[in-house]
Amino acid sequence: MSTQQSEATGLRTLTFGQSINRGLRAALAEDDKVLVMGEDVGTLGGVFRITDGLQKEFGAQRVLDSPLAESGIVGTAVGLAYRGFRPVVEIQFDGFVYPAFDQIVSQVAKLRYRTRGHVAMPLTIRIPFGGGIGSPEHHSESPEAYFAHTAGLRVVSPSNPQDAYTMIRQSIACDDPVIFFEPKRRYHEKAEVDLEAEADLPLGAARVVVPGDQVTLIAYGPLVKTAIDAATAAADEGVSVEVIDVRSLSPVDFGPLEASVRKTGRVVITHEAGQFAGLGAELAASLTERCFYHLEQPPVRVTGFDIPYPPSKLEQHHLPDLDRILDGVDSVLERTSSLNGAAAGPSAARQGGDA
Amino acid sequence: MSRENVMTPAGTAAAEPICLVAPDGTRRHHEPFDAAVADVSDDAVADLYADMVAARRIDTEATALQRQGELALWPPLLGQEAAQVGSARALRQDDFVFTSYRENAVAYCRGVKLEEMLTVWRGNASSGWDPFSVNMATPQIIIGAQTLHATGYAMGIKFDGGDQAAVAYFGDGAVTQGDVNEALAFAASYQAPAVFFCQNNQWAISEPVGLQSRVPIAQRAEGFGMEHVRIDGNDVLASLAATRIALDRARAGDGPTFIEAVTYRMGPHTTADDPTRYRSKDEVEEWSGKDPLKRIEAYLQTRGMAVDGFREAAEHRADEVAEALRAGVTGMADPEWEQVFENVYAEDHAWLRRQREQYGRYLELVEGEGQ
Ligand SMILES: Cc1ncc(C[n+]2csc(CCOP(=O)(O)OP(=O)(O)O)c2C)c(N)n1
Repeated sequence: MSTQQSEATGLRTLTFGQSINRGLRAALAEDDKVLVMGEDVGTLGGVFRITDGLQKEFGAQRVLDSPLAESGIVGTAVGLAYRGFRPVVEIQFDGFVYPAFDQIVSQVAKLRYRTRGHVAMPLTIRIPFGGGIGSPEHHSESPEAYFAHTAGLRVVSPSNPQDAYTMIRQSIACDDPVIFFEPKRRYHEKAEVDLEAEADLPLGAARVVVPGDQVTLIAYGPLVKTAIDAATAAADEGVSVEVIDVRSLSPVDFGPLEASVRKTGRVVITHEAGQFAGLGAELAASLTERCFYHLEQPPVRVTGFDIPYPPSKLEQHHLPDLDRILDGVDSVLERTSSLNGAAAGPSAARQGGDA
Repeated sequence: MSRENVMTPAGTAAAEPICLVAPDGTRRHHEPFDAAVADVSDDAVADLYADMVAARRIDTEATALQRQGELALWPPLLGQEAAQVGSARALRQDDFVFTSYRENAVAYCRGVKLEEMLTVWRGNASSGWDPFSVNMATPQIIIGAQTLHATGYAMGIKFDGGDQAAVAYFGDGAVTQGDVNEALAFAASYQAPAVFFCQNNQWAISEPVGLQSRVPIAQRAEGFGMEHVRIDGNDVLASLAATRIALDRARAGDGPTFIEAVTYRMGPHTTADDPTRYRSKDEVEEWSGKDPLKRIEAYLQTRGMAVDGFREAAEHRADEVAEALRAGVTGMADPEWEQVFENVYAEDHAWLRRQREQYGRYLELVEGEGQ
């Protein structure tokens, strides 16, 4: 496809990060009540360069470098929303959202309810999250469950550049506050993005990304790609894995998940966050309630461990990777797996049981 | 609102920072400050100089190690040697220090082992040393959080009837955080023996100090009813004097002090940063004329000391430091996987034990590595 054709159809090869940048730019251009705020988002274009060039294009009153205080950033965004603005705030890293936690859970989440619908909080809170980039502590957290647990917030996480572009625009357009988790280790991954396409799904929808009929593998954000790779590896061994990208972590679109589990009877859920009281716990419990008689095995969670995020030289042990996900798939298939207690000899994992 | 009006705070130039050694090496005078360093001999100044040279060498060496892939990241302090060495050398070993991530010279002065200083930046551990072995907490990345810890520690000193002090180091960006403002409120209310040492290095990553404060930062303390002083942070003697005065006040039960050391970060924010995106060459050049090391060389020369002599001695010591640093890092083994599960709780915990056992089995299965 020539560049000219690409221009005409709005198709571009963009990184995940550039897709968010394009989405922000479109939103700023369409509605002058949209503001972008955060530490270093202006001149520097953000530490990940997600807001690169936006201040130059829209000026310092639309794209604001905020003083260094997260509670201040979110709290003033609340006031701006009262005034009719639609602030998009950037929290520089996942581990720095906690100073703003009070504003988010006590104020942002509750204002519509507290005011019986009089006050809308159309805030988008962008948070680069998750590990795998070799950062020091506080730079690789997966705090999604705290927010998913809080009523009144929408929590979403795109997993690919097209969704990144579409979902950031939908989040900004949404009249509810949206916590927008960006899988930072995917920022540099490229794909063809259609900048003019109508969104194919609502913001809250889950999507089947790889069809299959033996095991349902549920993932979101950074682990969707790993899950797809795991499904490909499983297919090579003759196992058909259906991968579902949850996309919206709260509320969850259970329809596609339920349909898949009814079909496969076996479910693996994966996320980087710790297991205890994590998203996986909710998904496993809800799917068990809804599909109990269709389940052949208890749902299995392949997650980070219940530890503070480890130093970078150890993060490969903490983060679920393709092999650990396949180990979970083996477990629900009743094959040899570390999760069902079997400690067979070395290299037995990939040879156990028939499909 | 234009960008300019946040970049140039109205009052920044107003309070001239106290300086004892001018950029050209001239000795300036200031009554209480002079008295505070009256006992500091020329040899002692040369020692301070040697500490600064060592600190600078740690920086150069660590930056090189980062470029060579031995460290994941490094936050350089280049330009801030005087603020850190002067203040750290004012402390007693039984005082307790709470810093952010850039206080490598403070760590050096406290006696932190070089490899322990780098463990965290290599990614081997979340924390490099035992805080109680050197009376210095490990680096804090959450901006400003440590100022509350220092305040609490100082309250503890007061409740225990001790004569130590707690010192908090933080940046100009940090003063905006709620935590720092709460720390100032608590310290003032309890008249805690705390010293707040703010290194105003002009930038919080890409954000100029004017975005954090419209008045000189030291002036913030006024609203909390706290003693405050603004010093030339590139002058090691001023830094030593100000900290000594603040510590004496703390030990005498006269409460906390806020010190603003006006300095400049000559390098990038971290090795991952590109400062050319947000600041001008001219600005960097202007500050290099205020170099904390050069002025001490010039000063000691006016005192009749042979520059070549003390410089050579300092560099010799710095060479040793750099060598030890490199050896410590390159000889550092990667952590074992079990460390992932250690020290989460004081007591073993069945849920986590299960995760550890499962993961051990997993390693056995896929790699034949478990035990
Ligand atoms: C709570 C929190 N928010 C954001 C960050 C990201 N961050 C790291 S350093 C920094 C700038 C700090 O500037 P300053 O306090 O002036 O200290 P300096 O780095 O200049 O020494 C920022 C925004 C962080 N570490 N913690």
